[in-house]
Amino acid sequence: MKILVCISNVPDTTTKIRFAEGNRAIDTTGIQWVINPWDELSLTRALELRDDPSNGIKSVTVAHVGNADSEPTIRKALAIGADDAVRVNAGSSDAYFVALQLAEVIRKEQFDIIMCGIESSDFNGSAVGGMIAESLGIGSVSAVSGLSISNNQPVMTREIDGGREVVAMTAPMVAIVQKGIAKEPRIAAMRGIMMARTKQIRVYEPVPAEPLTEVQVFEKPAPRAACRFIEPDNPAQLIDLLQNEAKVI
Amino acid sequence: MENRKILKSGEFLVDEIEAKDIFISEEFDEEQKMISQTCKDFLEAEVYPNLVALEKGDRELMKDILKKSGELGLMGISIPEEYGGFGQSFVTQMLVAETTGAGFSFSVAFMAHCGIGTLPILYYGNEDQRQRYVTKLATGELLGAYCLTEPGAGSDANSGKTNATLSEDGKYYILNGQKMWITNAGFADTLVVFAKIDSDRVLSAFIVDSNSPGVVIGPDEHKMGIKGSSTAQIYFTDVKVPVENLLGKRGEGFRIALSILHMGRIKLGANVIGAAKKTITDSVRYANERKQFGVLISTFGAIKHKLAEQVIQLFASESAVYRVSKDIDDLMVKLKSDCVDKNRASIEAISHYAVEAAILKVVGSEMLDFIADEAVQIYGGMGYSAEMDVERGYRDSRINRIFEGTNEINRLLVADTAMKRAMKGDFDLFGEAAKIYDNIEVIDEGRREGEDYFQEKGRYIRNFKKAALMTIHGASGQFGKSLVNEQEVLNNIAEMIMDIYILESLKLRVEKLESMKGSLSVYRDILDVNAYDTAAKIRKSASDAVNSFAATDNVSKLTGGIEALTRVAGVNVKDARRRIADKLIEDNLYKF
Repeated sequence: MKILVCISNVPDTTTKIRFAEGNRAIDTTGIQWVINPWDELSLTRALELRDDPSNGIKSVTVAHVGNADSEPTIRKALAIGADDAVRVNAGSSDAYFVALQLAEVIRKEQFDIIMCGIESSDFNGSAVGGMIAESLGIGSVSAVSGLSISNNQPVMTREIDGGREVVAMTAPMVAIVQKGIAKEPRIAAMRGIMMARTKQIRVYEPVPAEPLTEVQVFEKPAPRAACRFIEPDNPAQLIDLLQNEAKVI
Repeated sequence: MENRKILKSGEFLVDEIEAKDIFISEEFDEEQKMISQTCKDFLEAEVYPNLVALEKGDRELMKDILKKSGELGLMGISIPEEYGGFGQSFVTQMLVAETTGAGFSFSVAFMAHCGIGTLPILYYGNEDQRQRYVTKLATGELLGAYCLTEPGAGSDANSGKTNATLSEDGKYYILNGQKMWITNAGFADTLVVFAKIDSDRVLSAFIVDSNSPGVVIGPDEHKMGIKGSSTAQIYFTDVKVPVENLLGKRGEGFRIALSILHMGRIKLGANVIGAAKKTITDSVRYANERKQFGVLISTFGAIKHKLAEQVIQLFASESAVYRVSKDIDDLMVKLKSDCVDKNRASIEAISHYAVEAAILKVVGSEMLDFIADEAVQIYGGMGYSAEMDVERGYRDSRINRIFEGTNEINRLLVADTAMKRAMKGDFDLFGEAAKIYDNIEVIDEGRREGEDYFQEKGRYIRNFKKAALMTIHGASGQFGKSLVNEQEVLNNIAEMIMDIYILESLKLRVEKLESMKGSLSVYRDILDVNAYDTAAKIRKSASDAVNSFAATDNVSKLTGGIEALTRVAGVNVKDARRRIADKLIEDNLYKF
C-alpha cells in the first residue's frame, strides 16, 4: 500500500499576524513557515505504519500545493522521513482549488490511504479532505484519532460524543485526521536531514480550476476592553452598567 | 571558498575587512536552519519537560537524554562521515552549540561529551583509536569525559600530579592520581586523562575506559548551578592503560589540552548565545504579562532599557561568534588542502584563532551573566522563585565565567596571544603601534565631509584601534618583558581588544544585513548605542592603563590623545533603546 500525506505550509504558531493588500492577505514578511501541526502528526503516524513491515506500507509520499518558496517545508517533511514528495506549482487560493489539485495528483500516482489534517492552523480550513474524496468518488472518514492496518485494510478510531467508534474501510480512502493520531511529531534526525537533499520532489503544474471563494477582508479580534472594578458596596452601579452600557440585562 | 579577505588571529587590530567579507547568521542555509530546528525540537520534547528531575540529580535520566540525542545524530555533527558522523562545517557546529546552549544542564553534559570528551581522540588519535572510540562517541554508544583539572592544578594545568609509568612488560601505563570537577564523571565510559609519564615536565594524554579496575568515581559535587550535570572527582589507583591508548605523542598532552580548550572556549561563545536568546524571550514574555500600577511593566522606560540592553549585548556578541566561525571554516579548508591529516587540520585552524576564542569566551559568558541577572530583575520577586527558568538560568550562567579557563586567564590570553602572534610576525602590531604613539597628538582621524553612516562608524573603530595600539606600545615600552606581571594593565589592553572586535563585528554585520535586506533602522539603533558605549569604555580602559604606567610628563599628552581618539557623535540612547525594546515587546520573543 502507498500512503499520501497532504501537507499545508502555515505560519509558525508564535507568529504575530499582520495583514497586507488592504487586509485581504497575510503579510508574509519575517514569517517562519512550518508544516501544519495536524499534517505533521499525520505524517508521523504514516511513518510509524511504514516502519513496521507487517503493515505492508510500501512508501509514504507528501503532497503540497504551493509555490517554490514552500519547498523548505516539503524538505522538512522529507527530513522527518517521507520517501518522496509532490508539489503542485500554484499558490493555494482556496480549499476547493487545493483539493482539486491534490485529487489530480492522486489520480496520476495512485495512493491507497490519503491522510489530511482535520484543520489548518492558518485559516482554520477543514474542507480539503472531504473535497478530495468527493472529487475522486472515494470514501472518507473524519475526526480520525487512530489509524492501523489490519488484513491489508485501514482501520480507524473516531472520537464521538461520549465514546469511540472503530471503522474499517476499503482503500483507496481519505482519512481526515485529528490530534491523537500520533503522540508527538517526529523530530528530523541528522541522517534524515542529510538524505532530504537527495529525495525527489516531483513538481506538477496545476490543472485549471476556479477557486469558489474569495477573501474579502481579514479582521483581528477587537482588543479586550480594560476591566472595570465596581466597589462591592455599590451594586446599583453594576446594574446600571450592565443595563445601559453592556446592554446585557 | 569564495573570494573574501580573511585576517589572521588578532590581525583585526591593524587591518580591516569589508562587510562583504564577514559571514553573518542571517546567511544560514536551509539545511543549517533545519539542523537548528531539530535541536530546538529536541530540547522541547526531551529536555524541558525533565528539567526538574535532572536538577534533582537523576543521572540515569540525563544519560538517557544524551543517548537519545545521539540516536538523532546530534553527537555526530563535528565528526567526519568515516567515523560515523555527519562532518558538518564549523559554522554549523557553532549553530548547534548555540541552539543546544538553551538546554541548561543538558547543554553542559552534551557539549562536554561532544567537545572535550570526543574531539581530543578525533583530532589527536591514530586510526585505530578513532575507529575504536570516535565511531561510538559519535552515536552516543559511548559517553565521554575530559580529565585535566586536579585539586592542585586548575588554571595552572601543567602542574598536575597524576602520573603514568610503563609496566615492566611494556604493555601498559600504570596510572595513579586524582582528577576533579570532571563533567559527566558519573556516567562517562571513555575518559581522556592527562598525566605525566615518569618524571616528565610536561603532560601526556591517555584514553582510559572508565570500567578499568582502579578507576573510582567520587560522589557528585553539590553545585551552585548546572545541578543536572554530573560533576565529580575521579581517582586512579594503579589503573592499567594499554600502551596503544596513549593519545598523540609522549609529552604532547599539554598541547592537546590547550588546543581542546581553545575549541571549548569558542563553542562556549556559541552556547551562551542560545541561553541568552531563551532568557531574553522569557524576560519579555514576563514583562508583557506582569501588570503594576495598572499597566504592563513592559511599558516602563526602566524595563525597556533592560530589555534593549539585553538585545544589544547579545546581538553584538553573536556577530563576532559567526564572524570567527566562518574564518575558522575557511582556514580548515586551506589547511586540509596542504595537510595530510584532515582532523589535525581542523584543530590547527581552531587553535589559530586563539585570540578570538578567548574574546568570545569572556564576552559571551559576561554577556549571559548580565542578561540572566537582568532577567531575574525584570521578574522581580518571581525571579527569585526556584520555580522559574530565569532563576535556574541565573545559577547556571555563573559557571561560564569559570570553566574552559577562567575569564581572568582568558583576559590575559587575549592581550598576550595578540602580542605573541605579532612578535611571531603574523602582523605588524608593534610597528603600527610605535607610529601611532609617536604621533599621538595628530593621529585621530577627523570627520570627513560627506562620510556616510557606516564610514563614520568605521572611522570610530579605526580610532579605537589606535587608542589600543598606543596603549600597547606605551605599556610595552614602560614594562618591557615584565609587562606579563602587570596583569591590571594587560586587562585594560584586553578590554580594549575585546570591545573593538565586538563593535567591529557588529558594524560589519549591520552593514551586510542592510546590503541584503535594505535599511533596517532597529539594527542601526543597536549599532549606535553599542558604538557610543564602546567609545566610553575604550576611553576608560586606555586612561586607566596610561595613568598606571606613563611618566608624569607624558600622561597629559597620552590622555589628550585618548580623548581625541574616543570622541564620537552624541546618540539619543534613550530613544534608540526604546525602539529596540519596542520591537522585542511587539514580537514577544527574541527575533532580531
